[in-house]
Amino acid sequence: MIDRRLFIHFDWTLLGLVLTIASIGILNLYSITAHWEISGPPVYLKQTFWLLIGLALMITIAFIEYRFYSDFAYIVYAIALLFLVVVLAYGIITSGAQRWIKIGFINFQPSELVKISFILALAKFFHRPPGREGYSLKHLTFPFLLLMIPATLILKQPDLGTTIILVLVFFSILLFVKIRWSSLLAIIIVGASILPLVWRFLKEYQKRRIITFFNPDLDPLGAGYHLIQSKIAVGSGGIVGKGFMKGTQCRLGFLPEQQTDFIFSVLGEEWGLIGSLLVVLLYFSLILWGLRIAVRAKDRFGAVLSFGVVAILFWHIFVNIAMVLGLMPVVGIPLPLLSYGGSFLVSTLIGIGLLLNVSMRRYLF
Amino acid sequence: MMELNTQRMEDFKDRYKYFFAFAAIAFFMILISLWYLQVIKGSEYRLMSRNNCVRIRENPAARGMILDRKGRLLADNRPSFEVYLVPEDLQENPEVLVKVGQMLNMSPKEIKGRLQTEKKRTPFRPVKIKSDIEWNELTKLETNRVNLPGLFVDVRPRRTYPYGPLASHLIGYIGEIDENELRQSNESPYRMGAIIGKYGVEYQWETYLRGVDGGRRIEVDALGREIKEIRSVEPFPGNNLTLTIDFDLQKVAEDAFQEKTGALIAMDPKSGRILAMVSKPPFDPDTFARSISLEEWKSLTENSLSPLQNRGIQGQYPPGSVFKIITAIAGLETGAITPNTQMTCRGIYPYGNRDFRCWRKEGHGTINLHRAIVESCDIFFYQLGLKVGVDAIAHYAQEFGLGNLTGIALPHEKAGTVPSSSWKKKRLGAPWYSGETLSLAVGQGYVNATPLQLLGLISAIANGGRLYLPQVTEKVEDVYGNLLKEWPVSEIGRVGVSEKTLQIIQEALMGAVNDPRGTGWASVLEETKVAGKTGTAQVIKIPQNFKRGDMDRLPWKYRDHAWFVAYAPFEDPAIAVVVLVEHGGYGGAAAAPIAKKVIEKYLALKQVAPSKTAKRSMESD
Repeated sequence: MIDRRLFIHFDWTLLGLVLTIASIGILNLYSITAHWEISGPPVYLKQTFWLLIGLALMITIAFIEYRFYSDFAYIVYAIALLFLVVVLAYGIITSGAQRWIKIGFINFQPSELVKISFILALAKFFHRPPGREGYSLKHLTFPFLLLMIPATLILKQPDLGTTIILVLVFFSILLFVKIRWSSLLAIIIVGASILPLVWRFLKEYQKRRIITFFNPDLDPLGAGYHLIQSKIAVGSGGIVGKGFMKGTQCRLGFLPEQQTDFIFSVLGEEWGLIGSLLVVLLYFSLILWGLRIAVRAKDRFGAVLSFGVVAILFWHIFVNIAMVLGLMPVVGIPLPLLSYGGSFLVSTLIGIGLLLNVSMRRYLF
Repeated sequence: MMELNTQRMEDFKDRYKYFFAFAAIAFFMILISLWYLQVIKGSEYRLMSRNNCVRIRENPAARGMILDRKGRLLADNRPSFEVYLVPEDLQENPEVLVKVGQMLNMSPKEIKGRLQTEKKRTPFRPVKIKSDIEWNELTKLETNRVNLPGLFVDVRPRRTYPYGPLASHLIGYIGEIDENELRQSNESPYRMGAIIGKYGVEYQWETYLRGVDGGRRIEVDALGREIKEIRSVEPFPGNNLTLTIDFDLQKVAEDAFQEKTGALIAMDPKSGRILAMVSKPPFDPDTFARSISLEEWKSLTENSLSPLQNRGIQGQYPPGSVFKIITAIAGLETGAITPNTQMTCRGIYPYGNRDFRCWRKEGHGTINLHRAIVESCDIFFYQLGLKVGVDAIAHYAQEFGLGNLTGIALPHEKAGTVPSSSWKKKRLGAPWYSGETLSLAVGQGYVNATPLQLLGLISAIANGGRLYLPQVTEKVEDVYGNLLKEWPVSEIGRVGVSEKTLQIIQEALMGAVNDPRGTGWASVLEETKVAGKTGTAQVIKIPQNFKRGDMDRLPWKYRDHAWFVAYAPFEDPAIAVVVLVEHGGYGGAAAAPIAKKVIEKYLALKQVAPSKTAKRSMESD
């Protein structure tokens, strides 16, 4: 099954980009967590451990022919949903949200598995081409269900960030696969008219949460405060930064979740414009390269699958950095390859594995 | 394996450039804002980060008020001056600690202790070191404020209970959120140090009572003094909760209890609304509102009388003779006896190898059910119990809600126990002995119930068999007076007992109070007919040679519990009452007089109610 030509066509550019960003990520984590007094192994070592596991998985996934995955797409999707139900019933509650399942010594976050299985299922569905006009609303009922079930379950945890990512990825893929213009219009109109209706059914505290989400200034002690601290951190980095392990904002603990959702502000503070520019450009290259893979894929399944991975990466990167820079309300979304978190790192690398897979088979079939 | 599908691949190629452009714009936006933050605003932010000059000041909302049914205040807020220190600002000025200590009469050690209480504090978050300071302390601090970096005084709303311990178990208490509650609060983001309801309706309706906290973001100078306000959000007060209890009635009930230990609940038998709820000994919720000290907390929790327990719903006691109502109903409904069936009491009833006694040593002679209830004859009910059997008794006990939670919306309600043969098999792995039926028939042995459950029983007798959800809350209104929630009367079931049986029981309960031989004579009223049943629940097995009159000589904790359940007026019940006096001795002597005072007061209150007077004036026309 493994062809010699696979090695010739192996996508070294993609691998190089990923390894570079991931190394910066470990370095950055080391900078803020090295002085932490915690029991157990230090955070950066744990992250390195998950990076190695993820890389191994990535390579394995890359070398198994991707058509093989399409046979299991719906099964994997169903298993991921099952995990979501389990997490709601038996999951561990941390800071008010129920997102984790404990398996042995590992805390695993099923919503990460859902992202991958979601695009697998969509790719499987869209590998059958539409008519000349594109997909119609009737065609889209099933993919819409594929979105709604996990989105509702994840929203219940509650994990607004991941829900938003799923919705954004879904609509990105819809635009990619060509749906009828009339259908697109209908979706937009229906969506816009349903929103106020949903609003009326929300409970008072849910409304308030959404209002502060869009206007963090209304909660000057919580989200609003974090936002301004994050902006101070990035801004105070200036052009050259305060230097490795010299960030004061993060070290004094002004930033909540500094090792996960607000990791970019650490980078901005310590490495300044030069460092953050470099990372942003690396991300940009990753996205463009991924798009290229999607367009040059040999078949529909490969194209939609790789586009899905790119969409996940893009929305994570964009929403996270925009939030840290104060362009967007605070949503709990981590930054790929930079934020701390085993489940997220592994799922990102699985996605990269799928990209590598499609990329190196573009001449084969 | 799936077929490769390469149809219409051109769709994707068409769109490539749009996605490319979109990504480019997105990343360009990021670059622009990086440039703006780090280059244009860079030096400004650098200064801000050096001084750590952006601080937050919390401004918690006032909790909603708690009112009685006529709108009288039971829980309110008042302003309190609280002193805060910012530990980070003290590092360079350690003398502040000593100075502030002198002004507040606190040792530096004590203040340091306060500063270390919050472990996971965000930096520069002020720590409260003293609340509710006196006016002279306040003026001292304010005049010296310039020399005291890191100090500030704030006015915060403080919970206050104008009547102190009155209805304390119903109202409950508040306190600082603990780590467990912090972790589980997913509805709303509470902050460290937030005040939340911990018990009673303060706990139960926290979501209504809690307001929306406000806060200010301010800029401070290098000494931690406020320079300007960046952003401020006003707090929004919580909603006002109206209870079903009547303050006047509650007051009379509490006073009638004097120093006794026990519980009293009064309810409208036609709606399930609670009119008064007393549990003794009480506690003072104000102690909690001014952040309870460790010693105070210990003295409450380690007190052998457990003052923090709401005995009306959390205390489980053998129902004693009150349970005879159930046994009588079981007898009539199963057809084991008729109202005319006669049985003989000789004061002693040998069964198995034991002598079961009647409380009246000389016996009651040959009597029917009516007299047996009126005079609370034990031996009649021993025999009746044997006739109907344990499981029929258990069935009718459950019909009236015994052994199950009543569902009252208050924390920690207990369900009590209704034993049956299958219950004993499951719980104790042993068969039921018929001797145990004798104890059960008079409400002793395994059976126990909360006062609220027995109140449900007497209410159902009074209202013709309806079970209502007992409710303590009437409505919630926001600060503008808009109605947010109302609790309608909720009938949760009807007992499967015939009208005729209920009538027989009602008559007997009337006799128990009004008949000269009745045990509940102490609650007899001149103008209104009261119906009721006394009960005396044994705490320990009393030796056979023990004389009943010797009760007062027993150590307090071995004395019997006294019960009384009653309703009035007999013809058209408006109030049902349960009284339990722990170790009070005889129900007739200890509990009935308390119930009498409450019934009397409630009927007097109703007399002056405008609707009644209007009706009467119409009649006189």
